[in-house]
This record gives sequence, structure tokens and C-alpha cells, in this order.
Amino acid sequence: MTGSTDPAPPWALLAELTHACPLHCPYCSNPLELARRASELSGGEWADVLRQAAELGVVHTHLSGGEPLLRPDLEQIVAAAEAAGIYTQLVTSGTGLDEARLAALTTAGLRSVQLSVQHADPRANDRIAGRRSSFAAKERAAALVRRAGLPLGLNVVLHRDNLDAVDALIDLGVDWGVDRIELANTQFYGWGLLNRTALLPTRDQLARARETVERRREQLAGRIDLVWVVPDYFDGVAKPCMGGWGAVSLTVAPDGTVLPCPAAASLPDLQPPNVRDHPLAWIWERSPAFNRFRGTEWMTGPCHGCPRQEEDFGGCRCQAFALTGDAARTDPACALSPDHHLVRELADGGRPEAPPYVYRRPGAVPAGGGFPGPNSGENLPTCSQ
Amino acid sequence: MIPEPENPWCPALAPSLMLRHDTVRDRDLLVLPERVVVLEGHAGTVVGLCDGSRTVPGIVGELAERFPDAPVATVVPDFLDRLRQEGWLK
Repeated sequence: MTGSTDPAPPWALLAELTHACPLHCPYCSNPLELARRASELSGGEWADVLRQAAELGVVHTHLSGGEPLLRPDLEQIVAAAEAAGIYTQLVTSGTGLDEARLAALTTAGLRSVQLSVQHADPRANDRIAGRRSSFAAKERAAALVRRAGLPLGLNVVLHRDNLDAVDALIDLGVDWGVDRIELANTQFYGWGLLNRTALLPTRDQLARARETVERRREQLAGRIDLVWVVPDYFDGVAKPCMGGWGAVSLTVAPDGTVLPCPAAASLPDLQPPNVRDHPLAWIWERSPAFNRFRGTEWMTGPCHGCPRQEEDFGGCRCQAFALTGDAARTDPACALSPDHHLVRELADGGRPEAPPYVYRRPGAVPAGGGFPGPNSGENLPTCSQ
Repeated sequence: MIPEPENPWCPALAPSLMLRHDTVRDRDLLVLPERVVVLEGHAGTVVGLCDGSRTVPGIVGELAERFPDAPVATVVPDFLDRLRQEGWLK
């Protein structure tokens, strides 16, 4: 590779330890085709991945899933990250966390916890999560984490069915003593795209929620960090997805597949590498998948020569593919995109009665099916957090 | 800020933070639950002295010995105060 320079090292690694999950949220960021438990990396393989990641420059990892607590060897994985000098944050639904488990994780070196919440109202929470009593489990988990003295963040994915409860969700965070609340509008890939008609909010809902967040942010300044992750279709601006392709972080899926973002498994010809076949350094620096959309040379259409190309990196590749069938096109979320009408029509169109959720479950979507073709104006998802 | 003489502030890193040297980038870092702060210059050395046992004048004194030509007496207390306002020092 003469003349090429190595990419800057990655800062963060999202470890999807398992796709198994007691919850069935209809916007899940896992791919439609969930990895089977038999294919999961062993604890020893994860320890090796984390060692390699630290050598490569990773300093932070989100231990996520699915539900990472379903891995009986989670403590060993935390200890391996800690031994490698990587800061660990557990990303959990709260189900399965008890005092003994948390104590074991803390002893292993766990540094902080991010807890998902679906709604401030317990019944609505359980309906969205597709699991009875999941709210009660979250409430218990929050209290345990507080008592253990670990920093606690709430993560709420926002959509049509909970955007009107943003004020109550922030109250919940205050009650539970959290340090941070991330209010992340649904990104429409994978499961989120499949459920887009049910999840897509109205412009009015978003405007009201945004005002609420601004008001509460002022009120809670210095106490709770309120983070608002902007919605995809409404502002005419493409998000700087993942801080650029292969620029800041990498995702390792349960079976060892390595991706530039959690949604990139949806790109059909990416051929993502696997830690079982290649060293992580080669994957980050040399693999075709990680170099595919790095930098600006691949850009087409209005991105080519655009003054914002180093700010938004052309937006999201998965969204471009989901909506146009071509991952190298400008993200249709951008007002300059020739495909922008695809999201405008959705953002400003009427809201049909919401169909029931397709809950996230293995086998919920027939292989190769589930989606209408690109451009049909119905349904698809993004890279979160 | 001027510490109360009877109960002086002994800065300590908040438990949720990790101070570490990044050998890959040759930089000192503060790692937080959701972000990484790159510490420039000798900032990492200053934060490293915040172990809850030293007062601010104590930290300034130690740094003045190690960096006799640097304006530590004016710069360091302000820096520590800023970190305290961020919630990174307790």
C-alpha cells in the first residue's frame, strides 16, 4: 500500500457479547439476523480481542448485547478489559442484575453502568420491551448500581410511543439518582426500519420534546448530563455517523465479526472480517471492509467537494443503502441529497394508525425477507450511541 | 478558591474516572463513562498528584520543585478548580 498512511488508532470498542436478550424492543440495534449462541466467541477469545484492542489504541469499551448479563463469563471478560487498561461500561436492560452479580463485576473492575429504559410508565415500558416486569427489574438494578457507587446512565430510545413522556423520563432519572440521561431518537435501520411506521414520530412531538429537554437541561445543569441524540429524518442534516467510517470505534459482534458500526452487517457486499480469521490490527488498518468508506475519496454526488464532508463524513452508509440501495450515495437525510424527498415525505406525511410492533426475536423475520425493496418508501435503521 | 485552613481541599479523582497513560498515542488520558479527555502538556502529572492526600498548596509546592521555571502557582489552582467544576475531582 505505497503512499497510504495507517489510519489513526481506534478509541472505543463496542463488544456485542451475545445477541440473546430477555427484552424484545422493536428498534433493537442488533441485526435482523441474530447470531446464534453456539457461534459466540468464548470468554478466552474475548480476552484476546480486548488485549489486541488495547494494543491497537482502544481505551474504552461498552460491554453490550443483547443482554451481556446472560454471559456467565462476563466477570472474566470485564477482568480481561481491566487488565488490558480498557475502561469498561456495562450496557444492560437490568434484567438479571442482583447484588452478588454486581459485586462480582465491580471486583472484576467494572467502571460504570448504562441502563436502558423504554418508558417512564411501568406498563408502557413493559409493552415496548415486550417483557412483563422489566420495569421493576430496571428500578432494582438502578438502586443496586447507586448503592455500589458506580456512575449510572439511563439510555432511552425515543419514538412515537414515548416522546411525549420525555419530561417524565427525566423525572425518573432524577428519582433514580442517575448521572446521565441519553435520549436517543430511533435510528431507522434493521429492526427500527422494520417497525418504522409504528415508531416514526411527528414533527410536533419532536419539537415539544426538544423544548422540554432544553428546559430541563438548564434546570439540571451540573447535576445530570442530558444528552439528546438528534432524529434522523427531520432536520435536513446528515449525522456524522460513528464519527466517520473506521475512524473512532469498532464493533465486535457475538460471533467475532468486526464492523465499523453495529448496523453495517446490513450492507450486503461488505464481507466483514472476523477476529477468528485475522488479527484486529489488520482488520482495522488493512481490511477492505474498514477501508471501504474511509476518508473522502469514495464520496459521490453532492458529498464530492462538499465543505461539510469532513464534518458529517457523508452521513450514514447504512441509511444510504437502506433507502436507496447504494451504500456509497449521499445519506438521504441530507437536504442536498437527490434522494432527500424519501425522508421528507416520511417526516411530513400523515401518520397512519400505528401497526403492531414486530418484536425483536430470533426468527421474527424470515431469512431474506421482511423488507420491501429500496425506494418503496416503506421501512429501514442506523448506528447508535 | 482559598481552602479553609482547618479543612483544606485534598483533590482526588472522582471514582468514575480513570487516569492513564496511553502508550499508543503517548498521551495522558482521563477516561470517563462516555468520553475520553486527552490531557495536554503536564496536565497528567498534575492530575496524578490528586490522590486525596495532598492539599492544593502541597501539589503546587511539589510541582514548583519539579518545574522551577513554570508558573505553577498561578496556573495549577485554576486548573484544579476547573476539573472540580466538571465533577472530575472531588
